[in-house]
Amino acid sequence: MPLQNDWLGRRFLGAGGSIVKFENVGLRYGTGAETLSDLAFSLREGGFYFLTGPSGAGKTSLLKLLYLALRPSRGLIRLFGEDIVTMPRGRLPGFRRRIGVVFQDFRLVPHLSTFDNVALPLRVAGVEDKDLETPVREMLAWVGLADRASARPATLSGGEQQRVAIARAVIGRPELLVADEPTGNVDPEMARRLLYLFDSLNKLGTTVIVATHDLHLLTEVPRSEMLRLDRGQIADPTGALRHPPKRPNA
Amino acid sequence: MRKFGAAERGLLPEGRIAGPMPWVIAIMMFLTVLAAAAGLGLAGAASRLDEQIGTRITIQVVEANPDVRRAQAAAAAAAIRSLPGVINVRPVPDSEVQALLEPWLGAGSLDSDIPAPALIDVDLTPEAHRTLDGLRQAVAAAAPAARVDDNGQWLAPLASLIGALKWLAAGLVLLMVGATAATVVLAARAALDTHRGTIEILHLMGATDVQVARLFQRRIALDALFGGLVGFILAAFVLIGIGNRVSALGSELLGSATVPAPAWGILVALPAFGVLLAMLVARLTILRALGRML
Repeated sequence: MPLQNDWLGRRFLGAGGSIVKFENVGLRYGTGAETLSDLAFSLREGGFYFLTGPSGAGKTSLLKLLYLALRPSRGLIRLFGEDIVTMPRGRLPGFRRRIGVVFQDFRLVPHLSTFDNVALPLRVAGVEDKDLETPVREMLAWVGLADRASARPATLSGGEQQRVAIARAVIGRPELLVADEPTGNVDPEMARRLLYLFDSLNKLGTTVIVATHDLHLLTEVPRSEMLRLDRGQIADPTGALRHPPKRPNA
Repeated sequence: MRKFGAAERGLLPEGRIAGPMPWVIAIMMFLTVLAAAAGLGLAGAASRLDEQIGTRITIQVVEANPDVRRAQAAAAAAAIRSLPGVINVRPVPDSEVQALLEPWLGAGSLDSDIPAPALIDVDLTPEAHRTLDGLRQAVAAAAPAARVDDNGQWLAPLASLIGALKWLAAGLVLLMVGATAATVVLAARAALDTHRGTIEILHLMGATDVQVARLFQRRIALDALFGGLVGFILAAFVLIGIGNRVSALGSELLGSATVPAPAWGILVALPAFGVLLAMLVARLTILRALGRML
């Protein structure tokens, strides 16, 4: 199904500079050891990145730093060209609206319908109700949930909830899309379909970073790059592993 | 920043009358309205007492001989009429004196051989009431058997009691306002804890603190409006009932302590004030709590 609605056509970021830049970043929860340490990398504007690594490597913590749910214990993070470590709290909402997030645990609002969950970022951004209907319906159709628009999350399967979470993350056509295991609960066909959605967004300029254990996904987006995290550190500081193996028929 | 509209109001689950807060606010408003009504009634009574008899003096001519008594009363009245600050001089008719004494002495007692003093009510300006020396001298010169009673003197303890009760009522109103605010703080904190997950999602979607606070503010305002109206209506019934019973007693003093008509305007405004207070307190509580989140 081609993406022909205008929600994808509103913003076109030119590729070029880094949209995210980490310098010597460390993250510590409480007084324990550092969960992330000495992270230094940058994400190119318009790039497509897979974040891999074993469980407990710190992938979700890294993503939380990216979608501004946490501030680092040390180091510098520049997002959209601005230092977000020292940024006043009052400016963060404006930055968060530029980021779409697919949470590992979906985090749907339980008392809202599928439609309202997907419409949430648009409503927060101030889109009028009359302008919501078309993009939300189209997005629900794209993720195969057109007939589940009025269903509550509790009545949806795990895969359906994941698709709602993905639809909610991309509906506002964010400049940065952060997805934590977005295809963990869907069948391979739906996984490919969702990845195609991410790919389409990326081609229109959205920088995408997907945390996953599924290395097969890497082959679905040939131009993607890989960041490997191990025990809280980038395992490939030189960037040698950033490019996935090419598919045999690529 | 655009406010959340009608559709966004569902972002927090409804069920506003289900919790205890509306009923707690109803009780608070009931007690607040009663305390305020008591304060306003007492203030009105104090003011009316002061207006009516606070600057009034009574001249008593205590003389056994009725002819001399009448002559001295007339002379005293004539002597003070021309004094500065005297607004009104009214010799109290014998029939009125008789009516005053009748409950104690029985009907027709003044026609017999019991002498009753001649009374003259004198209304003064507040300035003239402050220094009665000139008036006393004029009365003493004209009527040696006369004595001047300052009504304000024996009203002072009553006025003091009424003043104290008035301030007590005002204090109770303030305590109720404080307790209502504390209730709203607790309710807002409880609501924040209950909906913490939704708030975090809204924050991560880019919602500002003010947007989130508005959602809670609206819910709490509805709770406060419901509780305020219930409390006010119950209190109004009680006040009207008490007013009717006081009227039935026919006591001028008690009757003067009922809620005057203009004061009802203040009482009616209390629920609206309660809603505004609840919204303000909720907003400040929630903004403060949200400020501690990233």
